[in-house]
Amino acid sequence: MDIVVCMKQVPDLVEELELNDEGTGLNRDYLKLVVNEFDDWALEQALLLKEQNGGTVTCLALDTPEVDTTLFTCLAKGADKAIKIEGDFVGGATSHQAAKLFAETIKTMPHDLILTGVQSVEDLDGQNAVLLATYLGIPHVSVVTGVAVNGKVATVRKEYAGGMLAEFEVDLPAVLGIQAAPQAPRYAPISKVRAMMKEKKINQVTPTDGQVDAGVRIRRLFKPESGRHAEMIEGDANAVAERVVGILKEKALVK
Amino acid sequence: MSNDIFVVVEQLKGKISDITFEMLGKGREMADALGGKLYAVLIGSQCAGLADELGKADGVLCVADVRLANFNPTAYKHALGELVRERAPRLLMIGNTSMGMDLAAGVSALLNIPLIAYCNNLRVEEGKIVATAQIYGGKLFADAEATGDQLVVSILAGSFSADAGKATGGAPVEEIKAPLSINGGAGVRFKQLIEPEAADVDITKQDILVSVGRGIQSADNLELVEELANALGGVLSSSRPIVDNGWLPKARQVGKSGATVKPKLYFAVGISGAPEHLEGMRDAGLIIAINSDPKAPIFDVAHYGIAADLFDVVPALTEKIKEAK
Ligand SMILES: Cc1cc2nc3c(=O)[nH]c(=O)nc-3n(C[C@H](O)[C@H](O)[C@H](O)COP(=O)(O)OP(=O)(O)OC[C@H]3O[C@@H](n4cnc5c(N)ncnc54)[C@H](O)[C@@H]3O)c2cc1C
Repeated sequence: MDIVVCMKQVPDLVEELELNDEGTGLNRDYLKLVVNEFDDWALEQALLLKEQNGGTVTCLALDTPEVDTTLFTCLAKGADKAIKIEGDFVGGATSHQAAKLFAETIKTMPHDLILTGVQSVEDLDGQNAVLLATYLGIPHVSVVTGVAVNGKVATVRKEYAGGMLAEFEVDLPAVLGIQAAPQAPRYAPISKVRAMMKEKKINQVTPTDGQVDAGVRIRRLFKPESGRHAEMIEGDANAVAERVVGILKEKALVK
Repeated sequence: MSNDIFVVVEQLKGKISDITFEMLGKGREMADALGGKLYAVLIGSQCAGLADELGKADGVLCVADVRLANFNPTAYKHALGELVRERAPRLLMIGNTSMGMDLAAGVSALLNIPLIAYCNNLRVEEGKIVATAQIYGGKLFADAEATGDQLVVSILAGSFSADAGKATGGAPVEEIKAPLSINGGAGVRFKQLIEPEAADVDITKQDILVSVGRGIQSADNLELVEELANALGGVLSSSRPIVDNGWLPKARQVGKSGATVKPKLYFAVGISGAPEHLEGMRDAGLIIAINSDPKAPIFDVAHYGIAADLFDVVPALTEKIKEAK
């Protein structure tokens, strides 16, 4: 079974997000990118399936800054191949663009199952898994927290609200939007990632037919102007604790 | 193309979800502003019954087929896509829910109609539809529009009033035949619903919840927050990553895919306040957040905020609460 995992680099939310001069996008000059956390869960699910059923895992990503580290980390964790898709992604890529490029690339390689994160913090124009499946014309299930494969069929669990699960059988090839895997994403030690950089190669592809316009124009990107921002409690830990106890007493929440 | 608005009805086990009524209420407003009609799109095994609750719409478009009795990501996408292709509404509103995620992006890619996801507000400005979307984990909002005429939006639950979308009486129903493309479930077959496992405590029934997030760093540190919960006579709950890591049972999870809670007091400790978490707790009576990042979105819904290291504040607070008793 050949599994493909699509990975995206997204802005690190731990850092301050700066806007561009027009206020319509991020200033990407010094933007720190990290792998989309749900893509990491998708990779974990793929590696677990490979351990159970055999086969291969290939990681696929757009050529955005720091993507080499992400792809070598994939290899260090146990993926067999890593491919980066060349192109101009200086201003980022919309979800529609990324999905189209993933689709064009996947068409040219063996694929029984495609896994990717359920969403990312950046997908204003929708989530990758379903866009990708629709461009490929194959079945999809998003918000998946469990996958088992038996021949040409996968049994998957999709999570609804309140912890309710729906179980589906899906004909392969298919795309699954992964929310979580049975175990947290494994860790690859830096030494192993470095070894991969010496031993292995990242393949590069340039799809010829990957143009799509998401058709969404951002008028303005802004920090939420909340009418209800919290009243901030300042001071050292003891002062803060005193004040909180005061508030709780006032509301009869500590007796 | 018309100025009509379609709202996709979401239902589970024969019950219409609140997100549907939220969208009908807002959709009514938008249809009136655009001078179009509002239609509820019902996909399922039958039209009777559920359509009676959809009176806020001018009409119900019902795709009924026994093969659509249960939600099926691909088959529902094709059923909805065919209808949207034929009727060409101006705006298609879908919940940004588990089911809606398969439909919104699906119809967008299938028909090449722009999609704005994570939408929490909509307005009409000089004839254009402007959608506000909550991105980057809720840290930024985007006012966005489609470059063409048609638009799909997926709406975050809790954005609008559900009451505003409820009406007494139904709306006229038009039955529509399911397209051939749903044959064989379009590659997907529904097997069963699996109910959540019974919980040791029901976090939806607590007066006081102390919720812990990824800021806690490791399972060993949970104890610190549990002590605060105990001192307050409350119960420990959490954000999703804590559960995904296997540190707490699923029944303790607050949010979109966990429980919706409304305690008198909600402590958010080391939780960033992603939209999916806020969905489950924003209506709590008193919200106090502790987060080392002063810009964390949790402070936009909290009543009181403490921008500090939880490892300093939590033990001090536990101590003071014990003293106060
Ligand atoms: C379909 C779907 C459904 C989902 N359902 C849910 C759901 O039901 N519930 C849910 O919670 N999430 C849900 N999520 C996940 C959600 O998107 C976020 O990933 C999640 O809420 C983040 O959890 P967190 O706030 O604990 O972690 P993070 O976002 O990583 O935040 C950790 C916070 O801790 C702070 N911090 C770090 N160190 C310290 C310190 N020493 N002291 C104080 N603060 C510190 C950081 O500043 C940060 O703000 C869902 C996602 C999807 C895609």
